[in-house]
Amino acid sequence: MPLATGSVPAVDLPVSEARSVRTADLAVRTEGLTKRFRSGQVAVDGIDVAVPRGAVFGFLGPNGSGKTTTIRMLLGLVRPTSGHAWLLDRPMPASGASVLPRVGVLVEGPAFQPYLSGRRNLARLDANDATADPRTAPRRIDEALERVGMTAAAAKPYRQYSLGMKQRLGLAAALLRPRELLVLDEPTNGLDPQGTREVRVLVRELADAGTTVLVSSHLLSEIEQVCSHIGIMSRGRLLLQGERHEVMGSGTPHVHVTTTPADAPHAGALLEGLGVRHVTVEPATVHATVHGVLDDVEPAVVARTLVGAGVDLLGLEVRRQSLEELFVSLTGEGFDVAR
Amino acid sequence: MSPADLAPVPAPASTSSALHGPADVPADEWEPRRGAVGRMLRSEMALVFGRRRNVALLSGLAAVPLLLGLVLFVAQDTALAGQGPGFVGRVTGNGLFLVVASLFLCLPFLLPLTIGIATGDAIAGEAAGGTLRYLLSLPVRRTRLLLVKALATLAFVAAAVLAIAVVALAAGALLFGLSDLTLLSGATIPVGEGVLRMAGVVGYVALSLTGLVAVGLFYSTLTEVPVGAMAGTVVTAVVSAVLDTLPQLAVIHPALLTHHWLDFAEFLRLEVDPAVLGQGLAVQAAWVAVFGSLAWSRFTTADVTS
Repeated sequence: MPLATGSVPAVDLPVSEARSVRTADLAVRTEGLTKRFRSGQVAVDGIDVAVPRGAVFGFLGPNGSGKTTTIRMLLGLVRPTSGHAWLLDRPMPASGASVLPRVGVLVEGPAFQPYLSGRRNLARLDANDATADPRTAPRRIDEALERVGMTAAAAKPYRQYSLGMKQRLGLAAALLRPRELLVLDEPTNGLDPQGTREVRVLVRELADAGTTVLVSSHLLSEIEQVCSHIGIMSRGRLLLQGERHEVMGSGTPHVHVTTTPADAPHAGALLEGLGVRHVTVEPATVHATVHGVLDDVEPAVVARTLVGAGVDLLGLEVRRQSLEELFVSLTGEGFDVAR
Repeated sequence: MSPADLAPVPAPASTSSALHGPADVPADEWEPRRGAVGRMLRSEMALVFGRRRNVALLSGLAAVPLLLGLVLFVAQDTALAGQGPGFVGRVTGNGLFLVVASLFLCLPFLLPLTIGIATGDAIAGEAAGGTLRYLLSLPVRRTRLLLVKALATLAFVAAAVLAIAVVALAAGALLFGLSDLTLLSGATIPVGEGVLRMAGVVGYVALSLTGLVAVGLFYSTLTEVPVGAMAGTVVTAVVSAVLDTLPQLAVIHPALLTHHWLDFAEFLRLEVDPAVLGQGLAVQAAWVAVFGSLAWSRFTTADVTS
């Protein structure tokens, strides 16, 4: 079976890592999942997703990269052109009736009946869930509303809600029942910073309780903070996936040396002598910065060499690539619409 | 959502709760429950009949016999009294005829429009609002959703016919009084039996509309635009009625959706012929079978991308 690597061959390590996990331990698994729409457009191109149970899987990609189509195929809303998908070890869409009650869903923004109140909208969803217990419905609805801070607005018609309130009600719907898996597509869309933080806390807490979370977002910093695993999609392909620290670790470390302007050129020469690549010197009136790509050079060796040569070492920092840098280096397109 | 609320809350393992982990859930938690379809249907009925637009629609239809009755009442002493198509001319003599006359006036356009609105809402409306993807992810089986939507739509259409008939009966009794019913042959039957005949008319008209409901539901599965499905449904009824007037097409007339709609007049004969009514209902059953199947095959295989 081909690995789901895209045009960047250097990062197949996390994918092969994920594939070594036993399939029974995966909450979400796909094999060669492909969707070609009738227009001929290939929205998803043979991806092999592997989300371990208990993970918080950050699903990243520019708009139009195929994230939502992938999620729709996982949920049985869209039929794959080829390939297979499993949720909680059951094939989809064949086992949807038994699997989906255990999956909480927020897909492409919240959607409710506009003229019903928040509470009645949740009651309607619960009444349509054949496996939900009607006797516990009022309590579960109250708990879900409280959990997302919507108790006060529960009696207002949905159409009067702000975007943030709609988003919270969508989260409440996903939390109407205890879930083994949550699929959250852009859960913080429209929320203010406080609401964003609350969602982050909520996701972390649900994950601590044993729920697997698949969360897509275009805000990289959010993903970076809550995720244990990361997958990056671009143009319908899964470029890489794996544990966050491995994905991030696959980026090359950079060294940043702060010194006096007088010593800066000397420091630059010393770094080059050690084998540091792309050394650049940024002179300034007070502090000068010298940076370069560290590769296999030990930071301790850099520090010892500089100090030993009499350079005034004011600061030395080793930085790995940020998720955003990694993302841009992989997709090469930032967050513009891919197509 | 204060930090205190986010602390894990212990809950009894026998009940479900959004606040505790999935490990505490009993195994039968995910089995379908008895009465689930009934619960779903009640919820759908509440949605359809609770929607203000639909209530206004029913009220509008119920106003038709009222307005018709008032017009005939005001004009009954003029030279125009006793004129009009269908059974309009006989209303002033007997209020019972207001039921038949009102249905006669509503059948060509207003009732198809009602069906178009109700069926357009059913699937295309949910798709347009995005709620369809959430219903299907609950999950609701697509076949079951289509069935519940069809039943709720049929209930709404039946309520529309009933609303017209009940208001017509009340207005007719009030404005013109109810008397023994003079049938098409000139024979008369007692007023009590006359009311029963009107109930038969209402039942036949409601069943005559089932074929168009199936057509409308099929259109509704084709589009994410409720207005498109609605227009298609109305156009279908109008085209059928037009084709029904062309003598060159006489050979297909008996199979047309609207051809037997006015056969409710059979209830105004001394001996009601079940064969005539049966033929009309058989044609409707055929349309329901064909377009119900089309709607089912389309809806159960379509990609939901809205």
